[in-house]
Amino acid sequence: MGQELNGIFRYQKYISFFRIRFVAGLQYKAAALAGIVTQFVWGALELLMFRAFYEAYPAAFPMTREALSSYIWLQQALLALFMTWFLENDIFNTITEGGIAYELCRPADLYDMWFFRSMANRLSKAVLRSFPILIFASFLPMPYGMRLPVNLTAGFWFFITVILGFLVVVAFCMLVYIATFFTFSPVGVRMVAISVVEFFSGAVIPLPFLPDGFRQFVEILPFASMQNVPLRIYSGDINGLEIYARAGLQLFWLIVLVGLGKWLTAVALKRVVVQGG
Amino acid sequence: MIEVQHISKTFQVSRRNAGFSEAFKALFHRQYECIKALDDISFQIEDGEMVGYIGPNGAGKSSTIKVLSGILTPDQGTCSINGRIPWKERIAHVNEIGVVFGQRSQLWWDVPVIDSFELLRDIYRIPKNRYNNNLEELVTLLNLKELIRTPARQLSLGQRMRCEIAASLLHSPKILFLDEPTIGLDAVSKIAVRDFILEQNRKHKTTVILTTHDMQDIETLTKRIILIGKGKILMDGSLEHIRKRFSNNKKLTVEHNGKRINPCDGMALCSSSNQIATFEIDLNKLSVSDAISHINKQVEVNDISVESSSIDEVVSNLYHQYQI
Repeated sequence: MGQELNGIFRYQKYISFFRIRFVAGLQYKAAALAGIVTQFVWGALELLMFRAFYEAYPAAFPMTREALSSYIWLQQALLALFMTWFLENDIFNTITEGGIAYELCRPADLYDMWFFRSMANRLSKAVLRSFPILIFASFLPMPYGMRLPVNLTAGFWFFITVILGFLVVVAFCMLVYIATFFTFSPVGVRMVAISVVEFFSGAVIPLPFLPDGFRQFVEILPFASMQNVPLRIYSGDINGLEIYARAGLQLFWLIVLVGLGKWLTAVALKRVVVQGG
Repeated sequence: MIEVQHISKTFQVSRRNAGFSEAFKALFHRQYECIKALDDISFQIEDGEMVGYIGPNGAGKSSTIKVLSGILTPDQGTCSINGRIPWKERIAHVNEIGVVFGQRSQLWWDVPVIDSFELLRDIYRIPKNRYNNNLEELVTLLNLKELIRTPARQLSLGQRMRCEIAASLLHSPKILFLDEPTIGLDAVSKIAVRDFILEQNRKHKTTVILTTHDMQDIETLTKRIILIGKGKILMDGSLEHIRKRFSNNKKLTVEHNGKRINPCDGMALCSSSNQIATFEIDLNKLSVSDAISHINKQVEVNDISVESSSIDEVVSNLYHQYQI
C-alpha cells in the first residue's frame, strides 16, 4: 500500500539502474570506440549503396537523398536505442542459470526492474556513442551529410517519437527475455525475433523502399513503430497530420506490448524454477 | 515469527539415458519424472532464533529457503512470515528479509562493490542515515574497507562472500536466510563470517536460518537443528539432544608405560601403537571414570584425553539411520 502512496519516489530505485549502468558502461572505453568506428563505416557503406540505386534510376527513389542521409546517420548514432539485437546477456543468464533467485529477493516488480535496466543499458551506450557520429556526419558535404530537422515541429515530434520508439523497442525485447522462462534457451527465440524485426523495422532498408501494398501492411506492425517513425519525421518524410497518426500507433503498440509482457511475467513467475540448485 | 505448515513442492525433471539414440528419442518423446522436492514440511521459528537446516545434497534445503523468501510458489501448504505469505506479498515481504545464496552473486560484476551497495540502497530505499550506519558497521566487522572499492570480478571467493553477506544486510533485515554461506571459504574467512553472524544475531536479534554442509558452522552458530531428507523433515531439535541420541559414546586416548590394555565390557579398542591406545566407550554401558580406573589398574598412565565424537560423525550417523 505504502508503495502506491509514495508516487514518483518509488521510481527512484529504477533510476539508480541508469547510474550503475552508465558507470559500468564507462568501464568499456575501447568497446565504445570500436562501436563508433564500426557504425561510421557501416553508415558510409550504406550511403554508397543507395547512391548506386539513385544513379541507376533516380525517379524510383522514394525519399529525397538528404532525407535518406539523415535517416542513415541518425540510425547509426542511435543504434543502441533501436537495435533489437542489442539484448542483455545478463538477463538471459539470470533466467537460464538461476540468478533470478536474487532478482526476486528485491522489493521491486521484476518487469519494471528489467524494463528500466534495459533502458539504462541502451541509453548509457547511446549517450557515449551517438555524439561523435552526429558531429562528424554534420560536417560531411551534402547530400551525404547530416542536416538539422526540416522545421521546428519536425524537431519536436522527432524527440517525442524517439522516446516512444525507444520504449516500444524495450517492450519488445522484454518479450524476448520473458520467452526464455518458457523455452529455457534464448537462442531460438532470439534469432527469429531479431531477423524478423531487423527487416520489418526498417533497420536494413528504410520502409519507403518496400513495394506498395506490402509496405502499407508492414507499417501497421509494431516493428514500424520503432526507428521508422522518428527517423522519417526528422527528415520530413513523414509530415503534417500523418505525424499524429504514427505517434498514436506507437503509443498503441507500446501499451499492447507492455501489457502482454506484464501478463506473461506474472504467468512465468507462478511456475518459475530456479535453475542450478 | 516464521510458521510453515504442510508445504509441498514438486518439480518435473526430464531424464534420459546417455547416448545419441536416446537423445534422438527424447526429441520426440521426452520423459518426465516428478520429484518431490518438499513433502509436507512444517515447522515454526521464533524471532531471534538461529536455526541450522541440514540434510544431504538434494534434500530440499534450498527449495525451502526459496519458498520462505518468496521466490518459489509451493504446490500446497501455507506459510506465514511476520504475518505475510511470502509468495503472495513478495515485495512487502522481501523488504524485511536478507538472503545470501552462497553459490550465486548479487554484486555487479564489473563495477566496484560500493556501486552495487548504492544500487541496493536505492532499490530498498534505505534512508541515508541508516545506510551510512549500516555500511560503516559492516565494513568494520567484515573488514571490507579496501574491498568495496574493488570490482567484484577481481575479488577472491572469500572476499566476495564477505561482500555478499554485507550486501544482504544493508537494509537491516529482521530475518536472514543463508544458503551455504561458507561454501569454498578458507578457515580464516569461515571464522570471520561465523563471528559476524553471531554478532548480528546478538546485537540486532536477527533471526537466522542457515543451510550448510559444514558442521562447524552448525556447531558454532545454532542451537537448534532441523534435519531434512528426501523432502521430509526427519528431526527438529537441539544439537545437544541430537548428539545424545545419535552418538552416545566417547573417544579415550591413553598414553601409557605398560604393554597392553585389555578392554572391559562397553569399551572397544580402536587402535594401539607405541604405548598409545585409543578406545571407544559406550556410555550406556560404562562411564568414563569407570573406564579410566579400569585402565589405571592395568598400566601406568602418562596422559589421557577424552573426546566426544565429532559433529560430522554425528550427522553421518544421522543420515545413515534415516537412510537418506
